[in-house]
Amino acid sequence: MTTGADIEQLLRRLAPRVLAALARHYGNFETAEDAVQEALLTAATRWPAGGVPADPLGWLITVASRRMIDQLRSEQAGRRREELIGARTPPEELLAPAADADGVRAEDDTLILLMLCCHPSLTAPSQLALTLRAVGGLTTAEIARAFLVPETTMAQRISRARQRIKAAGATFRLPPEDERADRLRVVLHVLYLIFNEGYTATSGPDLYRTELTGEAIRLTRLVHRALPGDGEVAGLLALMLLTDARRPARTRPDGSLVPLAEQDRARWNREYIDEGLALITRTLAHAPLGPYQLQAAIAAVHAEAARAEDTDWPQIVELYRLLAQLAPGPMVALGHAVAVAMARGPAAGLALLEPLDADDRLSRHHRLHAVRAHLLEMAGAHEAALASYRRAARLTTSLPERRYLSSRAARLASRTGQVGSA
Amino acid sequence: MKYLLLIYGNQENWEHPLFVRHPDFLALPAGEQEELTRQAAALRRELTESGELLGGEALADSVTGRTVRVRAGVPVVTDGPYVEAKEQLAGYIVVDCADLERASEIAARIPDARFTAVEVRPIVDLSGQEM
Repeated sequence: MTTGADIEQLLRRLAPRVLAALARHYGNFETAEDAVQEALLTAATRWPAGGVPADPLGWLITVASRRMIDQLRSEQAGRRREELIGARTPPEELLAPAADADGVRAEDDTLILLMLCCHPSLTAPSQLALTLRAVGGLTTAEIARAFLVPETTMAQRISRARQRIKAAGATFRLPPEDERADRLRVVLHVLYLIFNEGYTATSGPDLYRTELTGEAIRLTRLVHRALPGDGEVAGLLALMLLTDARRPARTRPDGSLVPLAEQDRARWNREYIDEGLALITRTLAHAPLGPYQLQAAIAAVHAEAARAEDTDWPQIVELYRLLAQLAPGPMVALGHAVAVAMARGPAAGLALLEPLDADDRLSRHHRLHAVRAHLLEMAGAHEAALASYRRAARLTTSLPERRYLSSRAARLASRTGQVGSA
Repeated sequence: MKYLLLIYGNQENWEHPLFVRHPDFLALPAGEQEELTRQAAALRRELTESGELLGGEALADSVTGRTVRVRAGVPVVTDGPYVEAKEQLAGYIVVDCADLERASEIAARIPDARFTAVEVRPIVDLSGQEM
């Protein structure tokens, strides 16, 4: 008996292959994308009751092709060429390039699709949405729920993105050799954003957002399979696995946040940690170093510590130093300051925060004040820490973060004898 | 990131779109008036096409509203707005955009920002990052 969940998994897995077959054959990504979505919906409604066909991929390609031809027929009644070619082409032939002797594999198709969906002419939200729909096989309604926007807005975003790709003249093939590295960086960034969107802890059972993390990991695995030798792809996958491993320990049942140092490490996902550690260890040994690998390496040092107090902070300091050289940024600087404080004491960390106040955007960002508050508390400067916690609590726009920061402030206030009003 | 853009207007010339009734707008040369009206339409189109616009409404004159307070379990209803002021909330739009800078840029392009003011308020996120 095939369950609805099994069918959904199967459809997600097959979605990019169906789309690749159609987009390659007809050279019309925009129409193909719509046709594939309709075929997936038809399958999702029919298969649970009627059973999964013997050749699900062939079935989907046939149904999607029919839709595509209907679409093209209505769009260009005068031009009958595609229609005739399409009508005569059996599904095996549409799939043929994926299995031919040139070694064009399903993995390559996924990569081409991802590069198309993450086209540089699109904005990040459009890249995310289109990737989830065209490669991830999610419906517009699911994506809208995951991003907490109305479905009409999401539909608009997706259709606009497809038009832009068409206008940019992108076709279904790998970009030229000299553009590929840059295009891959964009793909990785989009996958990273999808992961982050789903990873942020949320109060209540918000399955759609959690699903984004799983989807990001699944898609990154596909890219890793297509490009096993790329260190940054492997690094990103390891980073996702090692980060997502902490999910079960990251929130309490009431949705409140548990900081890394206080998490029950027995609840971390051991399977993900083992896989992530093996992957990053192997990668660091042979690939040229990159930012995702360094972030994964930092997550790995945390994962290797059985207790928070066993953390190898000097090693994390060194990794942040390298990261600050390769990919400098305010969040990296904050991480570096925390690591330095843990390795050499709070005064050294606080000194590193000082120049960051000059950055206008960062000085209004709650994270700078939250980090300062922690370090001041470590240093025993409780009144100053209290002020920083309160400032951070007011600046964050996240409800769970505000609750966490306010509770730290309240704890300090009761110790310093101040009346808490964070 | 989602932002609520609150558009304020003057009580005395409450007719949507409010900015076209503002004395400072009426004092502008005809060419500039047309330009501002075009700008408002273009902004709406841009935000719809980019998928950043999540919604919005224009509000009727604040005299048509009511303020409800419950005291000791008893609702006390008064006519008019919560805060009595010459400038009142005239309408709002909700956008989903990259950051506060982009939201402010959008606010600056709403013509009312030239005559009254547009307030940009981030909408609370129910999710958060571990610290």
